[in-house]
Amino acid sequence: MSETAAPGFLTRLFLLSWVAFFRTLFDGEFAAGVVRLREGKPALPPPPVEDAKPTKKDKEKDKPAKKEVVLREAGPEAALQLLALLQREGRFVDFVEEDMSSFSDAEIGGAARVVHDGCKKALAEHFPLEPVRSESEGAQVTLEKGFDASRVRLTGNVAGDPPYRGTLAHRGWRVSEVRLPKMAEGHDAKIIAPAEVELG
Amino acid sequence: MTYAIGIDLGTTHSALAAVDLDLTEGDEIALSVLEIPQSTTPGQVESKKLLPSFLYLPHREGGELPAGSLTLPWDASPPFAVGELARALGQKTPLRLVSSAKSWLGHAGVDRRAPILPVLRASSSEDDGIERISPLAAQVAYLAHLRAAWNEKNEDAPIEDQDVVLTVPASFDPAARELTAEAARQAGLGHAVLLEEPQAALYAWIERSHGKWREEVKVGDVILVVDLGGGTTDFSLIAVHEQNGTLELRRVAVGDHILLGGDNMDLALAATVKHRLESEGKILDSFQSAVLVHACRGAKETLLSEGAPESVPVVVPARGSKLVGGSIRTELTKADVTKLIVEGFFPKVDVTARPISRPRAALTEIGLPYAQDAAVTRHLAAFLSRQLEATEDLAGFTKKSGAKFLHPTAVLFNGGVLRSTLLQARLMDALNGWLAAESAPAARMLAGADLDLAVARGAAYYAYVRRGKGVRIRGGTAKSYYVGVESAMPAVPGMEPPLSALCVAPFGMEEGTEAPPAKQELGLVVGEPVQFRFFESATRRDDTPGTMLDRIGDDLAELPAIQATMPAEGRVAGDVVPVRLGAAVTEVGTLRLEAFPSTGTERWKVELEVRQR
Repeated sequence: MSETAAPGFLTRLFLLSWVAFFRTLFDGEFAAGVVRLREGKPALPPPPVEDAKPTKKDKEKDKPAKKEVVLREAGPEAALQLLALLQREGRFVDFVEEDMSSFSDAEIGGAARVVHDGCKKALAEHFPLEPVRSESEGAQVTLEKGFDASRVRLTGNVAGDPPYRGTLAHRGWRVSEVRLPKMAEGHDAKIIAPAEVELG
Repeated sequence: MTYAIGIDLGTTHSALAAVDLDLTEGDEIALSVLEIPQSTTPGQVESKKLLPSFLYLPHREGGELPAGSLTLPWDASPPFAVGELARALGQKTPLRLVSSAKSWLGHAGVDRRAPILPVLRASSSEDDGIERISPLAAQVAYLAHLRAAWNEKNEDAPIEDQDVVLTVPASFDPAARELTAEAARQAGLGHAVLLEEPQAALYAWIERSHGKWREEVKVGDVILVVDLGGGTTDFSLIAVHEQNGTLELRRVAVGDHILLGGDNMDLALAATVKHRLESEGKILDSFQSAVLVHACRGAKETLLSEGAPESVPVVVPARGSKLVGGSIRTELTKADVTKLIVEGFFPKVDVTARPISRPRAALTEIGLPYAQDAAVTRHLAAFLSRQLEATEDLAGFTKKSGAKFLHPTAVLFNGGVLRSTLLQARLMDALNGWLAAESAPAARMLAGADLDLAVARGAAYYAYVRRGKGVRIRGGTAKSYYVGVESAMPAVPGMEPPLSALCVAPFGMEEGTEAPPAKQELGLVVGEPVQFRFFESATRRDDTPGTMLDRIGDDLAELPAIQATMPAEGRVAGDVVPVRLGAAVTEVGTLRLEAFPSTGTERWKVELEVRQR
């Protein structure tokens, strides 16, 4: 591999997974898609039906139905706190915001270690993770009728009736506990990292 | 709700554990460790089991931190930060950081009540405008933080109403113990009882065994506790003997106060790596140097674990936002760690080896009296050799003839450094090598507990045991104490009058007991403070109050002077009044010396700690 190679596959994959994670946190539409997926609905909302303007009566009739799809707004502060934690422990924002084009994989790898160690520590302390399924990946698993579809996603030849037998492709991740810092009144969570001025 | 509470007030970390007495039955102890709320970044509070023993004094008038930055659940605007945030801020602004306050509290060479921390740096002028606090006040701040953290979670069981045990190094002298007890009083903890840290570690081991400890030790065992913390090394010997048909544990000896710990090892590694980087033309700034120490600690722990890789990368991130472009990458190898840590701090030595001590330069910058010899094994060899007679007075312990050191039969490790199984093995090898050379059986290792929290847990268990619920480690004071008395001999020009030592407190005084005053009378000048030279011995077990030693031998170590002041009321100032000195050990566990005039029933406290000028 040449010294000036673009970020390697793993690095890119690493970045992509984080980007997806943050789009989920910050991008309402993307997150809504994720929520819909979780509910087993199509990822994209159905195209708006070209219809005559609904009458006032129709509108009222629609209301309760509309309420069902109203999604909760996530408070931005918790997400900002997480971002600040990842920056503090793992220099995450510095890493993602830096232009990587001129660096070799070895150089990126060295810095990625700081990011990996720090982000791992931040997650372990604030979002302890456990696999959704305890079997090792590749194992044969059986899903009985009434399995929790939010915990287990069916893929591939999804047909027939449970119990389903298949291969565990990914163990899944579940946050077992959320331990976010408490904030003082007036704390500006949007400052992920303050500027630093060293006095001589 | 009633609790028995234990506090580990450590050099680098503090922790609090509690036994819920309502839920505890027999050997099933309901013990939990308090999650301590503390600022982690300005304006954010998190709860953690360890409270880093650091205090940061921000530039308040200068507006260093925005309002509300230090807010805690119980205090909207504390004047300083304690814990994680203090340590983090101090990494970038060391001149406002108070660290190692406990070592300063144990340092007799400074006035522990004077505002001397953060230490004035040689490069800064006398008046750098930085607020300072005393070592005592810093310890009070940590304890007050723990108290508030407890009370916030346990409104129905305030800590003031609970039994509290506070740990001190076994090697703390009487003045440092007294100052620790005073810090507890000032922090509102009432009469917190003191417990030696190695004993706390053994209590934690007992508690963890759920009653099975009796099967793991037998009469005749001598347990060596090696406590290697962040800043100090502490040794104790605890003998297992039989008293009225039941097993009893007796602490028979404690080691010297050795300022040597894991921090020294991290600094040694960091200095080597820094030197290597500089020779490659890579210069680290002060922040990067601090981060390097932290990175070296992580690398050290990896390299000292079982099945460690040959080398571990060490990355020092850039200070600025250019992480990849500005980071400095190097590596630490197994060979580095073996040379610097294993051979440097745990060299294989003969049991006759002794720590090397160099005379200190006369004019040194104010600093802590760090151990001059970094070799833990040499300190251990000296301790075991000096304590050859430690079990003489106990029935069932027969010293092997020709033995040159006391033979431990079991070892309990404590302290973060000894999480490393390699270092544990190294110490066991050294000890068992010495034992084999004297044809004694090898010592076994007692399965350790959580080395970071064992002291707090053991202290809580001891607070519970004190209510008459389980086995207690006996032993009382691990030293005997003496005052210097000038011999009544004709003065020889140019020579100091020879000094004798008068025993005032015997070895092994238990809490809440008094020793009869020595019969010899000393003269006190009415209305004037009179100082006495003060000595201790860790080996003279048979002296009783009144024993007079004609010369100060190697078995006596000098402590800071003590001071008695005879009030002038009812007497003529300047008169000399004969008094006798008597000793007591308080319920809290501190030594109390008192002066009794030969006539009347009065008594005055003798100050163990004389304020320095």
